Amino acid sequence: MMFVAGTAGLVVAIMLGLARALMGPTLYDRVLAVNSIGTMTVLMIAVLGFLMGRPEFMDIALLYALINFIGTVAVLKFFRYGDMSRPGGRDIDGEGATGD
Amino acid sequence: MIDVVLDIVSWILILSGAFFVVTGAIGLVRLPDVYTRMHGAGVVDTLGAGLFLAGLMVQGGLTLITVKLGLIVVLLFFTSPTSSYALANALRSQGVKALATGEDDADDKKGEDSSSTPS
Repeated sequence: MMFVAGTAGLVVAIMLGLARALMGPTLYDRVLAVNSIGTMTVLMIAVLGFLMGRPEFMDIALLYALINFIGTVAVLKFFRYGDMSRPGGRDIDGEGATGD
Repeated sequence: MIDVVLDIVSWILILSGAFFVVTGAIGLVRLPDVYTRMHGAGVVDTLGAGLFLAGLMVQGGLTLITVKLGLIVVLLFFTSPTSSYALANALRSQGVKALATGEDDADDKKGEDSSSTPS
């Protein structure tokens, strides 16, 4: 029964995050909302494993946490540099005033 | 006896975790700025996920499931500040201004800053 309550809370939270991802004014709002939805999805996979009596779902939750992090960083890098193969490091503007 | 105690502890942890997840999601919708919305996402990532997975760990017992849940907790606690830092770095390098910083000149929004107090 506690898993049902947790699942209900997670469903409500994912709906709210989806609303922010749909109406986000900028790109970064959507990236932030998708990252947060990914974290909630990890929790939801874990609690659904307990709810369905199959706790082997923890492997899927672990993998989803990894994919969520890699996806967020990849999307941010792609929209910052416009190219996935560009090496990182300092800013491309050449001003040198962004990092401190 | 011990099962009842563990169930009560798990109830408390899961319900408070769900409360913090919903609170962070409401903050993600209602807060006015990208930087402040990152605060709501941080509530989801740290307190919500931590309490939720702690409740599941209490329910899992001393098995391999608890070890995997601990791995998820460690992974989230390393990756969530990293992705938050990457997002804030991208925001700052793109020149997105915060609403009330105090370090910027606040030259672009003069009319609506009267309600919020810049530090």
